[in-house]
Amino acid sequence: MLTSFSRIIVSGWLHFWRNIWLSSATISVLFLALFVAAILLFLGFTTTHIARILEDKVDISVYFIPEISEENILDVKSQLLGFQEVKNVEYVSREQALETFRERHKDNPLIIASLEELEENPLRASLSIKAYQASSYAAIAEFLGSESMGSLVEKVDYRENKDLIERLFTITGNIKKAGLVSSAMLSLIAVLVAFNTVRLAIYNEKDSIAIMRLVGAGDWFIRGPFIVQGMLVGFFAALLSTLAMVILAIIFSERLNAFIPGLNMLGYFKTNILLFLAVEFGGGVILGSLSSFIAIRNYLKV
Amino acid sequence: MVALYNVTFLLQPREFISIVGRSGAGKSTILKLLIAEEQPTSGTIIFENQDIAALKHHQVSHLRRRIGLVFQDFKLLYSKNVYENVAFALEVVGAPPQQIHDDVPQVLELVGLEDKARNFPHELSGGEKQRVAFARALVHRPDVLLADEPTGNLDYVNTWDIVKLLLKINEFGTNVVLATHDKDIVNHLKRRVITLEKGKIVADEQKGKYLI
Repeated sequence: MLTSFSRIIVSGWLHFWRNIWLSSATISVLFLALFVAAILLFLGFTTTHIARILEDKVDISVYFIPEISEENILDVKSQLLGFQEVKNVEYVSREQALETFRERHKDNPLIIASLEELEENPLRASLSIKAYQASSYAAIAEFLGSESMGSLVEKVDYRENKDLIERLFTITGNIKKAGLVSSAMLSLIAVLVAFNTVRLAIYNEKDSIAIMRLVGAGDWFIRGPFIVQGMLVGFFAALLSTLAMVILAIIFSERLNAFIPGLNMLGYFKTNILLFLAVEFGGGVILGSLSSFIAIRNYLKV
Repeated sequence: MVALYNVTFLLQPREFISIVGRSGAGKSTILKLLIAEEQPTSGTIIFENQDIAALKHHQVSHLRRRIGLVFQDFKLLYSKNVYENVAFALEVVGAPPQQIHDDVPQVLELVGLEDKARNFPHELSGGEKQRVAFARALVHRPDVLLADEPTGNLDYVNTWDIVKLLLKINEFGTNVVLATHDKDIVNHLKRRVITLEKGKIVADEQKGKYLI
């Protein structure tokens, strides 16, 4: 049993190297399949990242009537924080708002001058609320617009931005869906191409398989070396694909970060290294050996 | 359309039979039936109290390990060298490494290829390829050797080398079944001859001659 096993491995190994041209052709196709998978993994990460950036930009602001005291506002804040859906509430006092306003328009003397004309701070204290999920904003806005709040709240600017926010969430949702669908399709194509390449490689060996049968080789003794070969092909394809991805990450990580802020390609691969290697090497070895296993079935019936 | 019709014969231990006939007479079909590569539409083929026609897929492998096979087109494994081609027949039966190490060179010496062990089939002549095939068919000491037109692709000198080899193998005690349409060989052998015509046995003679 053990000798058979080692003979199968040795035979697969020898066959792999003796037919290195055929092996490298198969490796290159499998490499493309795995490389596509690696890129798709990364694109999936990128789309989630972009969607998160866009979603992070969304919040609801409530502006309070100037006479309302800070305690009342902070009371509303703690009420809001009590909701499960709410991620974060930020209080901006009238003075802070004025400060920010001045800071933003410090280069515009006309605005600063007209601000000086006013006796009273024209700005309102506000709370800006972020929710975990886009769908929660409508409910939060409803709570803020309810009658009990009517005496405190001057304006909720969700209603004004409602269309914009909803459209933004449709877009990010679509980005995610499109990413999933195109990943699934491209993966399917890659798998089919790889599988058929292995099938052709084994078709090339159908005479040898028939001869082995005639000499009295059992199914596993014939199949084994081809599966070992498939594994080797998958392994080397995964190695190449991983190397290519690492090189790409080193070259483009900074440029991508400049293009999409906060997107760290190199960091992504570092934190997800186990998932990435599992997809590449697991995928490669399984694809290679399973394709061999399926492709060889027809020729074993002799 | 039937390839063989009512063919019955008994192979005695250590016997050397030639099966002769024109192309398409059914010689190869008999050999294919003997290794369960083809199934008879009716009738039985008994090898040591076992009906070959009734064997299951995995039992067929076991049957073939007890039979040596040689073909007109050699049927060597082209990605393996001479040594590995011969060793393959032993690996298949699960022989221990030591036996392979001892027996393969011995058989290669018997067929006169000891210095070509590391060559690949494409580097050999037709006669050499056929001798590799014989070495592979013999190394696991089969009970029966089936040879289907083994000299069909060979020149005169190589043909007689193969005939001598067949006789030597038979002397060691192996049954030999030779399918051929080479008149000279058959007449030279003076062994049992079964003559086929259109799928029927027309003659079965001890010390026979090529009739057709």
